[in-house]
Amino acid sequence: MSLVLEGVSKLVEGEHHIYPTDLTLERGTMNVLLGPTLSGKTTLMRIMAGLDVPATGRVLWEGRDVTGMKVQDRKVAMVYQQFINYPSMTVYDNIASPLKLMGVSKSEIDKRVKDAAALMQLTPMLDRRPLELSGGQQQRCALARALVKNAGLVLLDEPLANLDYKLREELRAEIPRIFEESGAIFVYATTEPEEALLLGGNVGTMWEGRITQFGPTPKVYREPCDATTARVFSDPPMNFTRIEKTGDKISFGEGQSAPAQGALAGLADGVYTAGFRPDHLHLSAQGADGLHFQCHLNVTEITGSETFAHLSHGPDHWVGLLHGVQDLTLDAPIEVWLDVAHVYVFDEQGKLVAPAAFAMAA
Amino acid sequence: MERTKKIGLIVYILFLMIPIYWLINLSLQPNRDIMGSFSLYPQNLTFDNYRRIFTEAGWARGYLNSLIYVLMNTVISITVALPAAYAFSRYKFIGDKHLFFWLLTNRMAPPAVFLLPFFQLYQTVGIFDMHIAVALAHCLFSIPLAVWILEGFMSGVPKEIDETAYIDGYSFPRFFVFIFIPLIRSGIGVAVFFCFMFSWVELLLARTLTSVDARPISVVMTRSISATGVDWGMLAAAGVLTLIPGALVIYFVRNNLARGFALGRV
Repeated sequence: MSLVLEGVSKLVEGEHHIYPTDLTLERGTMNVLLGPTLSGKTTLMRIMAGLDVPATGRVLWEGRDVTGMKVQDRKVAMVYQQFINYPSMTVYDNIASPLKLMGVSKSEIDKRVKDAAALMQLTPMLDRRPLELSGGQQQRCALARALVKNAGLVLLDEPLANLDYKLREELRAEIPRIFEESGAIFVYATTEPEEALLLGGNVGTMWEGRITQFGPTPKVYREPCDATTARVFSDPPMNFTRIEKTGDKISFGEGQSAPAQGALAGLADGVYTAGFRPDHLHLSAQGADGLHFQCHLNVTEITGSETFAHLSHGPDHWVGLLHGVQDLTLDAPIEVWLDVAHVYVFDEQGKLVAPAAFAMAA
Repeated sequence: MERTKKIGLIVYILFLMIPIYWLINLSLQPNRDIMGSFSLYPQNLTFDNYRRIFTEAGWARGYLNSLIYVLMNTVISITVALPAAYAFSRYKFIGDKHLFFWLLTNRMAPPAVFLLPFFQLYQTVGIFDMHIAVALAHCLFSIPLAVWILEGFMSGVPKEIDETAYIDGYSFPRFFVFIFIPLIRSGIGVAVFFCFMFSWVELLLARTLTSVDARPISVVMTRSISATGVDWGMLAAAGVLTLIPGALVIYFVRNNLARGFALGRV
């Protein structure tokens, strides 16, 4: 069982919402589509579901061409960001509705609905109507309806985005468990890199209608193939600065330089872009050969356990993610340290030429 | 302050009720009393006027005729407006916005404008003096109204519900009847109310497009003016009876009426 997209694209009023895309999702995998809003995650999922017909390309399900097949005839389930249930039916009937349409026997429906409800902790609410439930319960009802079908393809379009923090964490912990029981292909769209990492499986990073990289989540995180992927898969976004390689030295400006070792040694001399994640900036020296930069501190945001420092470094805007509550002087110069082992090097087209030594070692 | 407000409100409501009270008062008196003396309540209480309306063939028939074409009009309007409103709320097609606005412009013309074409056309095709003639003529006004009201209510239902239903395996007709219609129940109620009321109070088309067989109550009422003078009591009783259907329909949609006046938009 697999889902294959072959050169699938979507045009709306002459504008590419999805550029021709190839993608293969294997049976029993959790696949996360990660990207900012309007990057095409929902459009791609709608094509997978059969709600939209692609402008070009084919959709293959178990080797069979299902492009243009009616949604009703596909074996898919979908959960939206909004809590979508049938308000005029009870929770029980909501969950049972796809089974009734499939012509499953009454006793079998009862059993499966009760199982799904137990899994989703909805058993006491079966006789209520969806609008009498809390947001989390409404979304669990929608999830139960999607799961009870035993669909081969389950599409979850930012299912937790409209929930409050606590409920989101709760449901997020449940989703991998549900997934393991179902054995279906799961596709999960999210805007949050953290969520992609927590869910594991595969990740496809999306940017402006393209899948920039698709592969096992830890690998994509450690080895983003280009600067765009690195930016998408990092929250706050990755910091960038211009560097120059001459001989066996890489100069970061301000007289800061590092020896070109490992993967960097083989690079041709020239100008590159260095990228590093916000949590790798430090307020004190890290090791002997740490780089340090004179920055200007513009704004700090304190979340409680972390402090976001918004810095200016020449023309670059950087964000530093510092541990704990930091009492820093605003609108003042500040010195930050960076371990060169955390630096990714991209060429001028944004392609990764050298992954961070640290990430590769891990 | 609270007290004066309350008293003010009561006085205002009483003031509004005077014509209705007076109509009821008249309907319960014999003509002799109505013309004879001024009285705040019926001196010689009688239900004779009502009895005559229900027993005399012409009167009862008039009511029935009115109800028949009003119900026909309501049923046709809602049946036609439901799919039309769904199309306007869910699909994009060439000229959709213009068509939608054009529907509303139909309401801007006075019914009298269409009197001549309807009369001539119905004579030619042979449906003059049939209930369906009035019902169809009224549809010209009630369908656009129903489409606008229903479209407003339908657009309040997220499109994702439709899609979820298709994904669950509902065919379109099944989804529409079992999922969608229950969701816009109140909208349908309001649309029914507006169609009903328009057709029930419309006079000009109804009396021009009928002569004998489908004569509406409003025409029958003019019969009470005879050589012997105006039959005030009967007229008042007939008036009271015409108020009842409207009042009943209002009662059922009272909570959603405001949204209806805003054509379903909030």
